[in-house]
Amino acid sequence: MAIIGNPKYQDRIQHHLAKYETKRSAVMPLLYLVQEEYGWVNQQGIEEVAQILDLDPTQVKSIAGFYTMYSEKPKGKYWLQVCTDLPCALRGADEFHAWLKDELGVEEGGTTDDGMFTVEHVMCLAACDKAPMLQCNFHYVENLGQEKMRELLAQWREDAAQPAKG
Amino acid sequence: MHILLRGREINNIDKLEVYDKYGGFEGLKKSLSMKPSEVIDQMKASGLRGRGGAGFPTGVKWSFIPQHEPVKYVTVNADESETGTFKDREIMEKNPYQLIEGSLICAYAIQAKAVYIYLRGEFWDIGTQLDDCIEQLRDKGYVGKNIMGSGYDCEVYTHLGAGAYICGEESALLNSLEGYLGQPRVRPPFPAQKGGGLYKEATVVNNVETLANCPFIMREGAEAFKAIGTEQSAGNKVYCVSGHVKKPGNYELPMSTTFRELLYDHGGGPLYDDRAFKAMLPSGGSGPIVPLTDEVLDTPMSYEHCANIGTIIGSASIIVMDESVDMTWVASKVTKFFEHESCGKCTPCREGTYWLDKVIDRILDGRGTPDDVKRIADVAENMQGTTLCALGDFAANPIIHTIKHFPDDFAQHVQATSAGGD
Repeated sequence: MAIIGNPKYQDRIQHHLAKYETKRSAVMPLLYLVQEEYGWVNQQGIEEVAQILDLDPTQVKSIAGFYTMYSEKPKGKYWLQVCTDLPCALRGADEFHAWLKDELGVEEGGTTDDGMFTVEHVMCLAACDKAPMLQCNFHYVENLGQEKMRELLAQWREDAAQPAKG
Repeated sequence: MHILLRGREINNIDKLEVYDKYGGFEGLKKSLSMKPSEVIDQMKASGLRGRGGAGFPTGVKWSFIPQHEPVKYVTVNADESETGTFKDREIMEKNPYQLIEGSLICAYAIQAKAVYIYLRGEFWDIGTQLDDCIEQLRDKGYVGKNIMGSGYDCEVYTHLGAGAYICGEESALLNSLEGYLGQPRVRPPFPAQKGGGLYKEATVVNNVETLANCPFIMREGAEAFKAIGTEQSAGNKVYCVSGHVKKPGNYELPMSTTFRELLYDHGGGPLYDDRAFKAMLPSGGSGPIVPLTDEVLDTPMSYEHCANIGTIIGSASIIVMDESVDMTWVASKVTKFFEHESCGKCTPCREGTYWLDKVIDRILDGRGTPDDVKRIADVAENMQGTTLCALGDFAANPIIHTIKHFPDDFAQHVQATSAGGD
């Protein structure tokens, strides 16, 4: 496993290097490739990005640590980020978030024993008119309730049980 | 009439052929036939002001760019992270070409080499969508070399952030785009000046909604835009309504519309019929909260009228709360947001938000004293005007104004005697 020399990423690495005036500007898009490859931003990935961009790994690590969407530890297959900010909370998001953790038997930020779901609360996701809502692996899922959420969890479990595509 | 949320009335305007059919790229075409300085004059004459929150006149901002500089940039602020704001998202999802056209009009006016659209990382799917749009426009000769045969070259790129509210602050956005921590810069130099913008070149940073207005202004003329709204607040605005209303959502209305019309005629009134409105945050978490009195409800939602009622229209993210809501809890929610989003660079904001959060938690737990309420007001006041960017001031607002308007909401949580006072 690597992003350097991995044919899956070469076009995208070149695309990102070409679009900015400096190599350093590509640090954020390349960290997303690391996350795609390893499932989180690990030390090996940080060192690869540093090598591609002629940076020190510490410089890359500081960027990874500053932003919340780079995960510094492994997550479940489905990373569920529930918005509990004020507008969503006025429409029941705190209760929904508590129920979801309970339903999955996890603490805040925790992952289910089968490695399937990680649940976290996050700040405003710009979907306040469709609360409660969450992001599942960066895709928006909106207008949620317990029934709809149970169906989605079942669906995701089913999807995960399918043989891997591609 | 929609100028921005045209996806509401024209099906599939997110497809290039449909956008083209409804006057798409006519504004850019007209701009390219004019001198860049004439485009800036049109923008000034329209009265358009920045829709990201600050309300700075757009044409004036563009005119700050030194024309003799060989390299200039446009950066689109699509970081939309203010609590309660979800307008740029709808514009980009449903009417993406209008944003790109507006960005190119701005780019031509300042003779920029490239446009970078800085999206908050959570807009992952919109990033993919915009990349597709840009490729289609490149095939058509509207992006890249010799745009529409004019001889003007300009590239358009997207860049995804990764979850940091502070990157909506323009200098932090530029740092982030350059691959540094998203923290504000010391100004001057300002982004419009050599040395202060992207890669140290002169740069215009404009919000999505601001730029999405430009095609209309160039196509229909500055007068047509100026005719909408009020003298100091021209045009339509997309108002994001959330919280305790029956129909939360985006509503695009002239800037002279009253809060009453927005919240009752469009928002459907209070979510629960047996509960009255209590308060609203008209500019997301960052602006002063105001009680929803008749006087406030009858105020037009313009820059100047909102100043009269002691608040700001800002990004127009109207969070509505009914009488069941405890304002101490609201102060806590908003403070937790700013505590999380403070970038850590300036001490008053970093430490201030941390301690505000701790003390409000104590008050909410019933362990606070009247002195604690004074203490958080004091901390908040000392954060104002002491930081490099506005986040420090924003974080002070929810404390200062909730205590000012709703002292009883705090008093009910604290003991009558000052047990832990200083």
